[in-house]
Amino acid sequence: MTTSSHLVYLIALPLFSSALLLLLGRVADKWGHLLATLISASAFAIGVAEFIAMHNRSGAARAATQKIFSWISVGSFKVDASLLLDQLSICFVLLITGVGTLIHIYSIAYMSHDRDRRRFFAYLNLFIAAMLLLVLGDSYLNLYVGWEGVGLASYLLIGFWNQKPAYATAAKKAFVANRVGDVGLSLAIMISFAQFGSVSFAGVKAGAPHASKAALTAIGLMLLLAAAGKSAQFPLQSWLGDAMAGPTPVSALIHAATMVTAGVYLITRSNFIFDAAPTARLMVAIVGGITLLFGALIGTAKDDIKKALAASTMSQIGYMILAAGLGPVGYAIAIMHLLTHGFFKAGMFLGAGSVMHGMDDEVNMRRFGGIGKFMPITFATFGLGYLAIIGVPPFAGFYSKDKIIELAFNAGGTKGWILGIATLLGAAITAFYMTRLVVMTFVGAQRWDEKAHPHESPILMWLPMGILAIGSVASGFLFNSGNSLVNWLAPVLNANGIEGGKELMKPAVVSILALVAVIIGVGIAVTKYRSNVPVEAPENVSVFTKIARRDLMQDAFNEAVLMRPGQALTAGLVKTDHYVIDGLVRLVGAIFLGSAKGLRRIQNGYVRSYALIMVIGALALITTIWVVTL
Amino acid sequence: MDISYYLYLSAILFTIGAVGVVVRRNAIVVFMCVELMLNASNLAFVTFARINGNLDGQVASFFTMVVAACEVVVGLAIIVTMYRSRRSASVDDASLLKR
Repeated sequence: MTTSSHLVYLIALPLFSSALLLLLGRVADKWGHLLATLISASAFAIGVAEFIAMHNRSGAARAATQKIFSWISVGSFKVDASLLLDQLSICFVLLITGVGTLIHIYSIAYMSHDRDRRRFFAYLNLFIAAMLLLVLGDSYLNLYVGWEGVGLASYLLIGFWNQKPAYATAAKKAFVANRVGDVGLSLAIMISFAQFGSVSFAGVKAGAPHASKAALTAIGLMLLLAAAGKSAQFPLQSWLGDAMAGPTPVSALIHAATMVTAGVYLITRSNFIFDAAPTARLMVAIVGGITLLFGALIGTAKDDIKKALAASTMSQIGYMILAAGLGPVGYAIAIMHLLTHGFFKAGMFLGAGSVMHGMDDEVNMRRFGGIGKFMPITFATFGLGYLAIIGVPPFAGFYSKDKIIELAFNAGGTKGWILGIATLLGAAITAFYMTRLVVMTFVGAQRWDEKAHPHESPILMWLPMGILAIGSVASGFLFNSGNSLVNWLAPVLNANGIEGGKELMKPAVVSILALVAVIIGVGIAVTKYRSNVPVEAPENVSVFTKIARRDLMQDAFNEAVLMRPGQALTAGLVKTDHYVIDGLVRLVGAIFLGSAKGLRRIQNGYVRSYALIMVIGALALITTIWVVTL
Repeated sequence: MDISYYLYLSAILFTIGAVGVVVRRNAIVVFMCVELMLNASNLAFVTFARINGNLDGQVASFFTMVVAACEVVVGLAIIVTMYRSRRSASVDDASLLKR
C-alpha cells in the first residue's frame, strides 16, 4: 500500500471548477466551457500520471491511498474520508476522465447554440467529481457519497432542458428509480456495519469469511438492488429510456459510458461478498441475463435513435452484470466489457448526436436514411462502433462479449446452458437491432423532408468520435492480448484463471456460434430494412411488436403494480386521517359545541329569569338540606 | 296566639316578593318586591328572637334595614339613570349583556 498526496486533486479540481462556474453565473459564460474542459483534461493527465506510477510499482505496493480527513469518529466506529486508487479504480479513473474529456470537447460544439452552456459544463464537472469519488472512495460510505452525487448530476443533466415538462418528468423518473436502488445500498451499508463493525472495503473483506451466510447473502442482494437501480437493470430498468431527454453528450457520458456502469463497479468491488454468497451471485447472473434480453428486445422496436441506443446500453450492462455474477474471472471480464462498451457506446451516442446536429434535432430513424453520404466521418466512426458492439472480430466487442458467452456456457450444468443460450440469443438480437439502426439511419433511401440539410459536424465534434472509434477498434485486442487486463486486475479480484463447472464448449466453438448468431441477426435486419422503410411506423403490427414498442410494458407494470397501489395506499391514508384522526378531533369539538348551544339558551339576558334560577337554586338547596337532616 | 303564625306570614310575604320579582317587569315594582322579601326576612328574624328570648335576631334585622336603605339609594339611582337613557323602566329592556 503506497500513500499518495495528490489523489484528492482528481476530485477537488472538477468540484472546484463546477462550484466556480455555478457561483460566477453569467460572468463566466464566455470561458466557462473552456475552463471545464481544461479541468477535465488535467484530471485525465493526473489519472495517466497515476497509472504510469502504479505500473512502475509492483505487487501490493501498486494500490495507493490518501486520507483526506477524519470524517466520523464515534466510539469504535471510525470512517475516514480517504481515497483508494488500486488496479480496479485506475481503469475507471482513466475511462471517466478520458471519455469525459472527449465529451467535454464534443459538447463545446454541440452546445454552442445553447445560452446555458456554462451551466451544462458546470454540471458535467460536478458529475466527473462525483463519479471519481464513487470509484476512489475506500469505504462503502465514501462510495455512497459519490453514488448520490452522480445521481444528482444525472438528474440535473437529464432535466437540463427542464422548460419542457416531459424532460423534467423524465429527470424525476430517473431520480425516483435511483432512490429505490439507493435504499438497497444504504441497507447494505447498515447490515455490513452491524455485521463487521466497519464499512470500509478492507474491513468488510477481512470480516467476510467469518460472517454468517445469511448476512452475506442479504448484503449481496441489497448491493444487487443498488446496482439494478443505478445500472438500469431489471426490475428498476424503466428510467434509462426516458433519461435520453438529456442532451446527447450526457447520454453518451453518463447514460452509456460511466454512471450506469457504477452498478458493475459496485458488484466487482464487492467481489469478496459475492464470492462468499453463491445465492446472491446467482441472482446477479439471473438479473443480468434477464436484462440483456429485455434491453435487446426493446431495442428491436424503437424508432428513436437515442432510445434504441439506450435499450442497447441496458442490454450490454446486462452482459456485464451477468459476467460479474459468474465468479472470480467474470469480474475482470465484466470490467473488460465495461471499458470496451465505454468506448463504442459513447462513440455511437456522439455519432447519434452528430446526426441529430445535422438533421435539426430529429431523432426518428424512419425520417433518416442515406445520411452516410452526407456525413461520412460520422458514418465511419459510428460504423466502427457498430462493428464493435455486434462483436465482429477483431473489434473490441468481439473480445469482451465472446468471453462473456464462453464464461456463461462454462458456468456448468443447467445454469450454464440457460445463461449461455441467453447470451447467444442476446448477441443475435443485438446484431439485429444495431444493423437495423445503422441501415435505417445511414444507408438506403432518403426519407427526410425538403427542409433538412444534413451536413458533417465540426471538427470539435468528429475528433472525439474518431478517438472513441479508435478505442472501439483497438481496446479489445489490447485488453485481451496476453490476458493483460485480467492479470492486471487479478490482485483486486482474486481471479486466477478460469474456474467453475466443467467446460461445456471449447472457446473456438463458442466464437463460431457467436459469429453465426451475429450473421443471422445482421442478415435478417438487412433483408428487412434495406429498402422500403415506411416513414410512419406501421400500426397493424403483431402484438409482440406493440409490446416491445411500449418497452415490454415496463411502465404499465410499474404503474399497475407500484404506482396505482401506492396511490391507493396514500389515498387510503388520507381518508383515514380525514375521517378517523380528524374525525375524533372534530367529534370532541362537536360535543362541546352542541352542549354549549344548549346551555346558551339559559343565558337569555332577562333579569327575571336569572332571578327565577336563583330562586329555584335556593329552593333546591333548602330542599336538599331538609332532606339530609330529616 | 301561636307564635308560628308570624313565621307563616313571613313565608307568605317572602313568596309574594319572590313571585313579584320573577313576574313583574317594571323596575320600581321589582324593587319594591325585593324590599318586601327583605322585610319578610326581618319579620322572621324578630320572630326567632322572640322565640329564643334573646336579642340576636333583632340586631340582625337592624343590619338588614341598613343594607336595605343603602340598596334603595343605589338601586333607585340606577333605575333613574336607566330611565333617563332609555325612556323605559322595564327590566326586560336592560338585557345588554345578552347582545
